[in-house]
Amino acid sequence: MSRDMMASFELYQPDSVENAVDLLSRFGEDGWAVAGGHDTLDWFKDRAKYASNVVDLTGIAELRGIRETADGVEIGALTTLTEIEQSNLIQERYGVLADAARRVASPQIRNTGTIGGNVNQDARCWYYRYGVDCYRAGGTTCYADTPEGQNREHCLWGADRCVAVSPSDTAPALVALDARMVVRSSDGEREVAAEDYFIGPDVDIERMTILEPGELLTAVRLPGDWAGATFYFEKVADRNTWDFALVNIAAAMVVEGGTISRIRMAAGAVECVPRRLTVVEQVVTGSEKNEETAALAGQAAVRGATPLNYNHFKIPLLENLVKRAIRDA
Amino acid sequence: MAWDLIGKDFVPPDIRGKVTGRAKYAEDYRAEGMVFGRVLTSPVPHANIVNIDASEALAMDGVLGILTADDEGLDGLLTNEPKFVGDFILAIAATDETTAQDAIDRVNLEFEPLPYTVDPLESLYPGGPDARADGNNVGGGRTGLELRRVKWTAADFASVAEDQLPMGDAVIEWAFGDLDAGFEDAVYLIDESFVTQGNSHHSMEPRTAMAYWENGKCYVHSGSQSLTASLPSIAAQLGVGLDDFVYINEYCGGGFGSKGTPGQTVGIAGHLSRKISRPVMLRVSRHEEYYIGSARGSLQGRVRMGFAADGTVTAIDFSVVQDGGANGGFQDAGDAAAALSIIYQPGAMRFRGIPVVTNTTPRGPQRGPGQNQIAAAVEPLIDRAARELGLDRLAIRRANAPDNSGTVGGRQLLVSSAYMPEALDKGAAAFDWEARSQTSGQRNGSKVRGVGIGQAYHDVGRTGYDGLVVLTPDGKLQLHSGVGNLGTYSYASTVRAAAEILKCDWENCVIHQGTNARFLPWASTQTGSNTSWTMSRTNYVAAVDAVDKLKEIAAMDLGGEPGDYDIGEHRVFATEDPERFLTYAQAAQRAIEIGGRFSGETPPDDIHEVTRLAVAGIAGTGLVGVAKDKLRMEGDIPALACGFAAVDVDIETGKIDILDYVGVADCGTVFHPQGLSQQLRGGGVWGVGLALFERQIYDPQNGLPGNTGFEQCKPPTYLDLPSEMRWAAVDIADPQNPVGARGIGEPPMGACAAAILCAISDALGGHVFNRTPVVPDMIVNYVAGRDQSSRPLQLHTA
Repeated sequence: MSRDMMASFELYQPDSVENAVDLLSRFGEDGWAVAGGHDTLDWFKDRAKYASNVVDLTGIAELRGIRETADGVEIGALTTLTEIEQSNLIQERYGVLADAARRVASPQIRNTGTIGGNVNQDARCWYYRYGVDCYRAGGTTCYADTPEGQNREHCLWGADRCVAVSPSDTAPALVALDARMVVRSSDGEREVAAEDYFIGPDVDIERMTILEPGELLTAVRLPGDWAGATFYFEKVADRNTWDFALVNIAAAMVVEGGTISRIRMAAGAVECVPRRLTVVEQVVTGSEKNEETAALAGQAAVRGATPLNYNHFKIPLLENLVKRAIRDA
Repeated sequence: MAWDLIGKDFVPPDIRGKVTGRAKYAEDYRAEGMVFGRVLTSPVPHANIVNIDASEALAMDGVLGILTADDEGLDGLLTNEPKFVGDFILAIAATDETTAQDAIDRVNLEFEPLPYTVDPLESLYPGGPDARADGNNVGGGRTGLELRRVKWTAADFASVAEDQLPMGDAVIEWAFGDLDAGFEDAVYLIDESFVTQGNSHHSMEPRTAMAYWENGKCYVHSGSQSLTASLPSIAAQLGVGLDDFVYINEYCGGGFGSKGTPGQTVGIAGHLSRKISRPVMLRVSRHEEYYIGSARGSLQGRVRMGFAADGTVTAIDFSVVQDGGANGGFQDAGDAAAALSIIYQPGAMRFRGIPVVTNTTPRGPQRGPGQNQIAAAVEPLIDRAARELGLDRLAIRRANAPDNSGTVGGRQLLVSSAYMPEALDKGAAAFDWEARSQTSGQRNGSKVRGVGIGQAYHDVGRTGYDGLVVLTPDGKLQLHSGVGNLGTYSYASTVRAAAEILKCDWENCVIHQGTNARFLPWASTQTGSNTSWTMSRTNYVAAVDAVDKLKEIAAMDLGGEPGDYDIGEHRVFATEDPERFLTYAQAAQRAIEIGGRFSGETPPDDIHEVTRLAVAGIAGTGLVGVAKDKLRMEGDIPALACGFAAVDVDIETGKIDILDYVGVADCGTVFHPQGLSQQLRGGGVWGVGLALFERQIYDPQNGLPGNTGFEQCKPPTYLDLPSEMRWAAVDIADPQNPVGARGIGEPPMGACAAAILCAISDALGGHVFNRTPVVPDMIVNYVAGRDQSSRPLQLHTA
């Protein structure tokens, strides 16, 4: 239930990653990192979630910016979605990410929303956001996965007491690019494949990523493997701006002589994590990039989908988007 | 007729404040010692409050007081039987808003859950749940019907197929003509059941209120569509006389029907302020607006229509179940029926309707209530008839379109004027219907082209209100506008009728509005698109009264009879000798000296008490023109609109691109061109929402609302619209309005929604969906040959 009135909290504004992770480590479960605030402020204003210690990351310069590295590009977690969308470097080498960033929310939100916030945002299941005592909120039921539950936006795969989906537009692009997520804590730095960064309810029903309390996503690294590849991104939402995906699709492929020699593809909003479409990758690798392959890819993509009462449209929609990714990229 | 001001653009005086941010809305005001109130709203759809333990909350530092339904004089502002999630249970005041919310969070409610329903048909089924503990499940609210209990029989439900609307006892019925003969005469019949889903008003400005008391007077700030029309009800709600109540309502950040009257927050703020002897700001957030605000009523309907070979409609049998929400709702059902009767001019018609109370957000009138939903539901069926009869879709509409012989509703009221054939012709020319209709079904990759036409109606006239103008000794014309400032600028455009009659330069006119402290006359609510027609008449009669008084004073001072004088260039002069004159400034000074009815000291007997108080306030300041509108009003005053749309339907994604839109108004003389364009295009944007996006969602298992934010309500964004929405107007005067104007705000929405839905059907090769909005999953499922997720008559689904 929306209250739209934040409770008071202590605000910390560190100027370095080191200070930030120290604070987050000290506060543990009672600490909350905030960047653009688009996810955080909703939770706080609704009083559905609360932390008494909020660590504002926006003063940490080292978290900002897009940098070339020896093996690709590194994007600071605090880099805004607008900066990514407008970056020549990203547009030229990793256009699928620029396209994905361009389809997030609205221009105003992209101007302050960050790549870190976009991939770390919490589930958008309307029941969970409403503040009910569902499994994901620590309760003992799922309101969406019921005979009359309004679950149009929910998952086709990976249901496990929770049927929420990954809401991010950039996450499937990062999985398709085989991005590496850089995580810092007081124990040091570790790097995790984007595909492994996101976790489903079977792993931990109260989290969407591997981030533990005290940990911070500091950067996203895009390896050179897929730089300049053939890309495809498409998001289908009810509205053309300020809406979450009903299904989105991201693909990176290398096409040589009309044949798909390498490909990575991921879909969002069909599972709690960005769904890597490895079956599709296997089906189309080595095949000509044509309508027939596209059709086979679409059919392969939806095998095993288990719809809920109001979301079976996602099956033909995903099938069509995969088909378009192969056909139109 | 050539006018100097009517039909010309002008800059309404509140524009500058709006574009510079200086405009002050209710939430922007502060009063000395002001504190904040917060409301505890119901977490459940229906319950009896057994006990309220607020001891912990009231013990908090900074908490000043509590108001519950048990306080005297609240008359339903708060409740011990919440009937929807969000219903107001109690309010707490504290020195700051956070403390007030902290206190709300510490209130322990003990409640007994009661049966509830979010589905009108379930409530009508024998033994079905009732939305109210008293067992009444039909009527109430603003339906015009007494609350009552109605249950249909199981046989009523069993007598129709699953996808057909059952109809047991109706509570609203009318009919005209020989229905059986009408259907027998038909060569083609349509029989379809449909659903139109309700949607939030989502006004930009939430319904915040601030109230304080000084020396027995109550001062209230709120943003409402209406001003003086609201005074008696708010004053009564707060237990004060009209002369002890000051209402400040200079700007209204959108209402769309949901703020025709100020509503609960005003009363709660006023009572809480009185109880704790402090000014109270009761702020409603944008978020809260969605579930404690108001929404359009949903319709579950069935329409049977008969068509002759030439496309004329021979008979309509229309039945509808209206979801009235927790308050019983508005008159959507009857308004929908009236709209069918005027748009298609059937030879015979029967209407049966029933508004049902449900445990959902209270429903209020929203831009074309009933009329716009029915346009969206039925216009695509007209296209089907056209195809079956081999007729052009423009031609079938023209064959039925109302002209000056058109009639409305069960009583077959004659229209004051109607030019729908002309509107259709104008739109067809602007859209190039003849050429564009040849593009139907053209395929470009996964996209399929469709074009469509939509029509809609609303009734827009009232009478009996007052006008008030004053010529002051500085030569200015003081124009007192008692309507609200909804954003249509009609508060300003209608007073130009008075300036026109008095032949005043606009630069010499001063508009008074925004608070009854500025002495405003009794005016209609600014609802139902009626301001243009209704309030231009009141300004006209006030101006005529002023003209008469000018001539009387001139005759007194300059000799002769009043009839020997005319007006012009801010003078009253002898017709035979224009150099014998008084300036308006001189006449105003003379009115003050003469007194009596000339200066407002003895106002007419037939004006409303609100106007009498206003006249008393300005008496002695100049020559007062004041009168009640008793001009002829006969039959129905219609607003009519049509729209033409071209879309591409992506059959792989279900997405709709609106490529072009033309909206045309039949609203009498064009009063204010910029205002009209705003109504046609803005209404069109709302129509896009009605057709494609907006719907209220409820989980029937727990009554939870799924729309608690802007993002979930999905009003259209710029990227969902064509780059330009074109418009035109018939611009033929209405004979019952002295400046020829009729209103127009409501039907452009229904016309646009219907045009888009017809275009979608056109692209898909025929009418498919008996449901609005048409969302991507419906198209994807249809193209894939899959069943739709929602059952045929199911409401409140995503």
